[in-house]
Amino acid sequence: MSTPTLSQPPRHRREDEFTGERHVYVPHSVGLPPLRSYVHELWRRREFAVELSRTQLREQHFNTVFGQLWLVLNPLLLAFVYFLLVDILRRSTSHDGQFFAHLMAGLFVFYFIHNSITVGVKSVTKGGRLILNSAFPRALLPLAAVITAFMRFLPTFIVYIPVHIATGLPVGPELLWIVPIFALFALMAAGLSMLVAAAQVYFRDLSSFLPYVLRIWLYCSPVLYYAERVPERYRWILDVNPLGGLLTAWSDVLNRGHAPETTSMLLGLAWGAGIFVVAALFFMSREREFAVRL
Amino acid sequence: MSSLSVSERTAISVDDVSVTYRTSFERAPTLRSTILRLGRRERVVREIEAVRDVSFDVPHGTVLGVVGANGAGKSTLVRTIAGILPPSEGRVEVHGRVSTLLALGVGFNKKLSGRENVVLGGLAAGLKRDQLAEKYDDIVRFAELEEFMDMPMRTYSSGMYGRLAFSVAVNMEPDILLIDEALSVGDARFRRKSAEKMRELCGQDRTVVLVSHSLGTIQELCDRAIWMDRGRLRMWDEPDAVVDAYTEFLEVGQDAVTLEDV
Repeated sequence: MSTPTLSQPPRHRREDEFTGERHVYVPHSVGLPPLRSYVHELWRRREFAVELSRTQLREQHFNTVFGQLWLVLNPLLLAFVYFLLVDILRRSTSHDGQFFAHLMAGLFVFYFIHNSITVGVKSVTKGGRLILNSAFPRALLPLAAVITAFMRFLPTFIVYIPVHIATGLPVGPELLWIVPIFALFALMAAGLSMLVAAAQVYFRDLSSFLPYVLRIWLYCSPVLYYAERVPERYRWILDVNPLGGLLTAWSDVLNRGHAPETTSMLLGLAWGAGIFVVAALFFMSREREFAVRL
Repeated sequence: MSSLSVSERTAISVDDVSVTYRTSFERAPTLRSTILRLGRRERVVREIEAVRDVSFDVPHGTVLGVVGANGAGKSTLVRTIAGILPPSEGRVEVHGRVSTLLALGVGFNKKLSGRENVVLGGLAAGLKRDQLAEKYDDIVRFAELEEFMDMPMRTYSSGMYGRLAFSVAVNMEPDILLIDEALSVGDARFRRKSAEKMRELCGQDRTVVLVSHSLGTIQELCDRAIWMDRGRLRMWDEPDAVVDAYTEFLEVGQDAVTLEDV
């Protein structure tokens, strides 16, 4: 019987954990893996996230004509339903096409967030054997959900374009603002996806509450109404709503034809970056535990 | 007893490693049960010391057998070496590319086809697409599943499942192969084939860690063995000596069942 021991004291080169041919595993003092090699490995395995997203889409029959059609038709019908609903509630006599464009654009981008969350929430708990048997940055799983949501958002946005033109909304260089605004939406989607995916490991009923939370969130967001029509005493709802600033900016650019206000952009940036950083730290500090929690 | 110092030839070095994890009593933890429990101060997590103060080195080219009763910490130890579970104390150092073949197969989602599972598993393991494409045919041919690769894995029999898992692991051309009780898959012919493949891999200066309840396999394939007992390293020696001590400990004797060949 013998237990050979190391002659030299352990060198804690934490950056060696994932990279290269040499791997060192030591306890994590603060629960966080070494960030640099984590991000490096994450990027090295981006193909995995893309492929995982592709299989998710295939499950939803994204690769067939009718499957694609349904993915476009579904949010489109939803936009019609909400348009009728809001139209009736407003008791307006004039049917406002530009409002329909606003509703559509807002609803589609809201559903990008919505899908990131609903696909992402089960990404870790469904990862089962992959998580038990291979070592890889787990954040790839919720991030793949964001790619899936984006692939589902793209065709709906293409459907929006003719509506935008038909309702006579301006087309100009200020439309380029949608790129940074959407980047912030994506940042927030990635954060929220990681947050719910990690939380789902500890609270398996989270995914059944989420649809209600998301529905209420939609009603609190300037999608079914214009942000500026919100009465003064309810303005705070838009300020505390993480999507308030971004959706206002989104509608300003797409449906009002002017650059977004600095305050709504800053609000969106603060919420987006804040949620992303908090969620990423939470997810990474917990991910080493997933293998024993599944 | 031979004692090995850390050198370039060391493939795996496990140094004073303990793995403790908290596990929940609840079958599926829910928000509802957490809220219901709030006032009652019930203890629902239990600490499990799966591996305690284990140290050993594995030189390159060694086939290390791991024996031990159920729940002795064998799988936890292998998962720690694979980097799936972090050690709570100590340090694990691994030199080389690792391929894992653990008890449950290689990260398979039953709804997806065999092909999708192989691709996803390979990409997760850090392979590039072109590397994967190169190996794909070998994997399929070795598993003898040519006509089943595009069918969902839920239609596979457990033997087919195990064959594919084994084939993926050995065809990744790893420097270090971790195998957890997976040799006993497939029919007699495939078992012989996989034993041959194992021997071939062992002869190529590869390091293999083999967890098995089949003591005959350990004796035949390994040139070192460790015996895990309730999380501790009980013995580290030649396979024959470890198997003898272990069977004596179990008081089962070396009959046909324990020695059952691969």
